[in-house]
Amino acid sequence: MGRFILRRLLEMIPVLLVVSAVTFFMMRLAPGGPFDSERAMAPEVRKNLDAYYGFDKPLLTQYWNFLKNLAKGDLGPSSKYSNRSVNEIIGGAFPVSLELGIWSLLVALVIGVTAGLIASVKPNSALDYGSMSLSMIGICIPTFVMGPILLVLFALKTDWFNASGWFFPRDRILPSLTLGAYYAAYIARMTRGGMLEVLNQDFIRTARAKGAPLMSVLFKHAFRGGILPVISFLGPATAGLLTGSFVVETIFNVPGLGKYFVTAAFNRDYSMVMGTVLFYAVLIILFNLLVDVIQVWLNPKLRFE
Amino acid sequence: MRFYYSTIFLFPLFAALLCGCEKRVTRVEDGDRRQILHWGNGAEPEDLDPHTSKGEIEHNIQLALFEGLVAEEPRTASPTNGVAERWVVSEDKKLWTFYLRKNARWSNGDPVTARDFIDSWQRNLTPSLASQYAYMLHVVKNAKAFNEGTLTNFSEVGFKLIDDHTLQIQLESPTPYFLSLILHTSWYPVHLPTLRKHGRVDDRRNRWTRPENFVGNGAFNLKEWRMGSHILVEKSPTYWDAANVKLNKIYFYANESMDSEEKMFRGGQIHLFKECPQAKIDFYRKNKPHLINIAPILSTYFYRINVTRPPMNDKRVRRAMAMAIDRTAIVEKVTRGGQMPAYNLTPPDTAGYNCEAKLVEDIEAARKLLAEAGYPNGENFPKVEILFNTLESHRAIAEALQEMWRKNLNINVTLRNEEWKVYLSSMQQLDYFISRAGWGGDYDDPNTFMDMFVTGGGNNETGWSSKKYDNLIAQAGMIADPVKRFALFQEAEKHLMEEMPIIPIYFYTRPRLIRPSVKGFYPNLLDHHPYKYIYLVPEDSTR
Repeated sequence: MGRFILRRLLEMIPVLLVVSAVTFFMMRLAPGGPFDSERAMAPEVRKNLDAYYGFDKPLLTQYWNFLKNLAKGDLGPSSKYSNRSVNEIIGGAFPVSLELGIWSLLVALVIGVTAGLIASVKPNSALDYGSMSLSMIGICIPTFVMGPILLVLFALKTDWFNASGWFFPRDRILPSLTLGAYYAAYIARMTRGGMLEVLNQDFIRTARAKGAPLMSVLFKHAFRGGILPVISFLGPATAGLLTGSFVVETIFNVPGLGKYFVTAAFNRDYSMVMGTVLFYAVLIILFNLLVDVIQVWLNPKLRFE
Repeated sequence: MRFYYSTIFLFPLFAALLCGCEKRVTRVEDGDRRQILHWGNGAEPEDLDPHTSKGEIEHNIQLALFEGLVAEEPRTASPTNGVAERWVVSEDKKLWTFYLRKNARWSNGDPVTARDFIDSWQRNLTPSLASQYAYMLHVVKNAKAFNEGTLTNFSEVGFKLIDDHTLQIQLESPTPYFLSLILHTSWYPVHLPTLRKHGRVDDRRNRWTRPENFVGNGAFNLKEWRMGSHILVEKSPTYWDAANVKLNKIYFYANESMDSEEKMFRGGQIHLFKECPQAKIDFYRKNKPHLINIAPILSTYFYRINVTRPPMNDKRVRRAMAMAIDRTAIVEKVTRGGQMPAYNLTPPDTAGYNCEAKLVEDIEAARKLLAEAGYPNGENFPKVEILFNTLESHRAIAEALQEMWRKNLNINVTLRNEEWKVYLSSMQQLDYFISRAGWGGDYDDPNTFMDMFVTGGGNNETGWSSKKYDNLIAQAGMIADPVKRFALFQEAEKHLMEEMPIIPIYFYTRPRLIRPSVKGFYPNLLDHHPYKYIYLVPEDSTR
């Protein structure tokens, strides 16, 4: 297992190199630059700014310098927030995204798995149809509709929550629900599918025939196999919860990283774009690795190879 | 099972119940009682250094943290005493002597001296700092040369230290709007010993603007800066006029989305914010007029014309198109925020200047001009395109113009929208026919609008060039007499409206949402609101 993980980690390096090169050169192909604004800049000022950020050097040199700094763990200065380094911005914003992601994941798992289990116990019953229709609705309603609806209902009409911000513990609830609901719907359907497949197998029938109670069959015998599809979904889902929160962060004004990920591109804040893209790339690769390890651990049919 | 089932769907309700359902005291209500202002400030500020940041968002916060030689009077934002107690100007209006008050203090207790000001201006003009607004200091003798690196000896620049509390500024030419100009943040002093402690003074990454390091001389002092969330400033005990400062704290909230700000406002989280979303203006005007305040600001919405491209290189075509627009319909039916139709470039009453040579809307005359240019009834009119940056409100205006030109002149124009930076780059490279534009004045004087269109001006971006216009603007820059000076601007603007390298559409207003509890806050053209005059009185009625 150690060798497996090590190999996967080493494989990361060429992947990241490709990601960084593609991002770097594509970003530079886009028209406009970090210092373009509605007010023209004096050429001397422009020259000095370019020199300060190293934009006056040939592109290849700039890329090479970026890689050299990256090796030292330095993602460079942000040209938009001129007082901050990209490391500092990510360091400040990611914990917020992470917290939002964890709460949303909890929402998604608790609601999703419970609904899926209930549906799978009595397939094709009213209960099954009910929870599956609800989950279909959850998948269909995008976060930018769900967010404002929750906001108007629970923050403006009833005054239970703040409409915006990330100040108090209760400020976590609406954004987490909005972000988690979508994934909960997917997880519910996957749990139902996975459980049904397992519940129809012979060993379950044997267990039931021996008189094992429903709960015991569900959790002792079926759950471990039935939950597998959800586990493999969790890798990309977790990465998605952490990266895809731009909309939710905007609706509820959460000071997370998702916002910078998007606005950096609009601002042509080159080092910020590189920093966030690489950071997310590393996250996604690590989560997928983690999921692979958990899958082998849950499913004896798989081996580290 | 049934039990578990129902809990799932009641989860949000339970969560809410756990948080309690009692009517909470909102942040605004709490702030009203404790003199804490909650200010919706738009996007995250780029920096708080007054010499490297440039926008209105940063300015709003810097206005609390710093004070220049002069400061804004609250009603009109015109210059009044700041750190300078009084000043004297020479007969030729070129030599200004400022006498600083002796009780002005930095937030660390140091006295604010004339040396602090001059060192700060030197820092702002240092080429390696690459300050984008350093040109605001170019009216000073030799400042431009020093800023561009052609002069290295700062003592040749027109700043002269007389003693600890007196300084002189020698200008290149008489500048009647000089006091207005030095309200700008680029003229603010910074505490150089603090900057030196935290790195090089010309390094934009110097960490002196962080709350733990910050030293300022304004009525408020920086306490917290949570990126993407808020900035908190607190009343400064060392400020010379602290006895008259009524607010205890101001929270500046960073929020990029106007819709989200409007929800914060409705939810009682902020007292005010800059711009009510367009779709909601009608609602507030009809149903809650006491919460909306629509006032003109020093900004013009116009279209640039690329005069190097046929058919727009013919001024008859440009004039025809400018005359065939119903501006009243645009502000009443499209923008609906109380904007004023614009028939010239400079907003009305800019430092008392009102343009006389206004464009006249006349469809018949427009058709005639178009026919003279070789397109009778719009026949054979080449393909022309309107460029705008991607935004619903710009699209709506462009579509209205498209329809007016089709109906009135029988010409077809197409629309092209581009993402902000792409649009800026297209405009700079003159890769357009007609392009949406906006301009906000940097200071209260017609010059901030008029010098935009001199030959080769960085913000001209139309390819238009006129010797006559250049001369008029240059002459206006030499004259101290305000009457003669405005006469030159009148002539220049008349010429501009005859040549029509731009099509004025409307003068902006600011539809601000503001709680009635905010007192001492007056709408003004520059939209500057000095915080030391603002105070809060709890509202009697409930929300």
